Amino acid sequence: MINTMECAVDAQSLISISLMKIHNSRTQRGGIKLHKNLLVSYVLRNARQVYIKEKYAEIYRMQQYEEVMTVCNEIQELNPLELDAEDADDEEQARAACCGEEASLCGTACHRDAAQQPAAHGRAESALHGCSPLEDDHKEPEPSYYRSCCMEASPVSHCDQFPANSSAHCNKTTVLDLDTHVVTTVENGYLHQDCCCDALQCGQSAQSPAKKRKVEFGCCISDVEEVSDFTAARKRAKREDCSYSNPDYTDTSNISNLISIFGSGFSGLLSRQADLEQICSKQVLASLGAWTRAIVAF
Amino acid sequence: MGEDAESSKINHTFLRDYVTEADVISTVEFNQTGDLLATGDKGGRVVIFQRETESKGEAEEAGETGDSGEYNVYSTFQSHEPDFDYLKSLEIEEKINKIRWLPQQNAAHFLLSTNDKTIKLWKVSERDKRPEGYNLKDEEGRLKDISTITSLQVPVLKPTDLMVEVRPRRVFSNGHTYHVNSISVNSDGETYLSADDLRINMWHLGITDRSFNIVDIKPANMEDLTEVITAAEFHPHHCHLFVYSSSKGTLRLCDMRASALCDKHTKLFEEPEDPGNRSFFSEIISSVSDVKFSHSGRYLLTRDYLTAKVWDLNMDKGPVETYQVHEYLRSKLCSLYENDCIFDKFECVWNSSDSVIMTGAYNSFFRMFDRETGRGVTLEAWRESSKPRAVLRTRRVYTGGKRRRGDVGVDSLDFTKKILHMAWHPSENIIAIAATNNLYIFQDRVNPDTQTQ
Repeated sequence: MINTMECAVDAQSLISISLMKIHNSRTQRGGIKLHKNLLVSYVLRNARQVYIKEKYAEIYRMQQYEEVMTVCNEIQELNPLELDAEDADDEEQARAACCGEEASLCGTACHRDAAQQPAAHGRAESALHGCSPLEDDHKEPEPSYYRSCCMEASPVSHCDQFPANSSAHCNKTTVLDLDTHVVTTVENGYLHQDCCCDALQCGQSAQSPAKKRKVEFGCCISDVEEVSDFTAARKRAKREDCSYSNPDYTDTSNISNLISIFGSGFSGLLSRQADLEQICSKQVLASLGAWTRAIVAF
Repeated sequence: MGEDAESSKINHTFLRDYVTEADVISTVEFNQTGDLLATGDKGGRVVIFQRETESKGEAEEAGETGDSGEYNVYSTFQSHEPDFDYLKSLEIEEKINKIRWLPQQNAAHFLLSTNDKTIKLWKVSERDKRPEGYNLKDEEGRLKDISTITSLQVPVLKPTDLMVEVRPRRVFSNGHTYHVNSISVNSDGETYLSADDLRINMWHLGITDRSFNIVDIKPANMEDLTEVITAAEFHPHHCHLFVYSSSKGTLRLCDMRASALCDKHTKLFEEPEDPGNRSFFSEIISSVSDVKFSHSGRYLLTRDYLTAKVWDLNMDKGPVETYQVHEYLRSKLCSLYENDCIFDKFECVWNSSDSVIMTGAYNSFFRMFDRETGRGVTLEAWRESSKPRAVLRTRRVYTGGKRRRGDVGVDSLDFTKKILHMAWHPSENIIAIAATNNLYIFQDRVNPDTQTQ
């Protein structure tokens, strides 16, 4: 009988289920079934595409917000009464630095920011009054993103709660892709490969994160290993032989180990739909698990 | 093992829930005359049933009380044993994937049976006479003392109890690296094809150490693999044509006269995907699990997870008919993926006149579609709800609207009771349905012959 409760048609859970199936197929009687594993890999690909899109959307939102928060923080540090003009310049430079180096990811964001520059001054001013720059009524593109970020924190000190840099637990994850030998360092939601270091410095002025936020925004998913770790953090108890007991990202599960053995995957798996993905396509391809590796080995 | 529902008098209720894995029927096939019905199971055994040869005229006059037309066990033999590939450290299952009968040429019957790797040709022959009166041996077979022989006699054949002998005549091994999913005997009566996930081989029935590879879709780099072969069949009349289906939902008609290697298809049958129905599982549910030529040779019947489709060989743009087998499962695909039901491979069959198609579903249901009217009917192969010789009543899965008595809700369906394998008599309205470890044989008493419909 089918469980009357619909299973979560969730990209992450599908990825973990699919990986489990591939893992189990290795020990099934009769050898690896090529057809079934091929179909499972298609589900994996689809789920991963959806997951990547969601993640990129999140990162984009977060980065949009962080830029504004950076501005907010910088303004706070300076004496608002004396350094108005310089603020504007600094903001522009900071924004340009952020924008320029994250152009590959946030091209559209930069354009938007440029458009906002005339309003920056106004924003800085409003920021003087209690550091709530995003709650005024100036016209910003996609204000819903900012508002959604803001709303989730207490109005008093939300500047502190939305970090650009998470320090203690998971500010840095380094991944070595065994196939392409590319080292990927993920920090604070920035893809290290595509963004310059300076961009990070823009975002590193905030203080330590709230752990809750870090879980959701702290790490950019650029690798399947992290995908499975997230999955591990969220889905438990169904899997008997995987240690999904804690959300520590450095704890690799059996599935992560499995993925690290795989190399690059089907060339047909690469999505060509989103521009964002295209830009990071090289990295996406490098970090895709080779679902066929298990099949090729036999 | 398999049992004929119409002759079972034994109460098996207490055994109902206990099913040995090895007893699960994995293939069902009538021979060309319909007198013999072969089933293969996961334990590598083949059971052949034979139809009783009482006069059918009597049975029709007597109504439902006639005995003729029943199938009884004719012979049982172990076709394949579990095997082990030492080179790859792989266990080879003994499960019989397919059985195909050869056209009968003499008193003996021949059939091909295959597991994942090896195809075997079996000769099924009857012996109802034995020679008696040997000169050198006595009745028990012991050598006689020569000094006691005073005269010579010619041994004579005396009738004896019917004995069915099954002997392996050919073993076609080492032809396949991947798992064999189909075999099909050619209309020329001399050759047959066997298909695995990536290759199709053509064999001569008399030659076991050689086969011709006619289709090879293995990519140079396995990481570029996008589809596998799921089923293949020869055309019923044209010995140079065959079709194979893929996991992507496409069919390829190949002509062996075109070239030795038929990688390039003669015709590609493909239906464009409906973008509105795109989901995580689109690729899985579009994979074709079975393909069958119609008896006329003009149409193709294919089965994917949710539908059965009829294609016209003359039109490759799309199917001419599409039948929804269990569309109500479309919203359950995620759960079906979790419990692996989405990978079930259903077979499909034509009736003898190509006017009705039939395929299986869950909850012991199977569906028949009348091609003329487009109407489908759901029937159940379940011992509890049908007594022998009772008329099957139609069932319904409740999907909304007015609920009738006897309707089954989608969430009450038992997905462990799946009808995957079935066969239709080549000339009469008799069907054989494999339901896990049981074999159900249904006959249409009202219209026993298709011609009278």
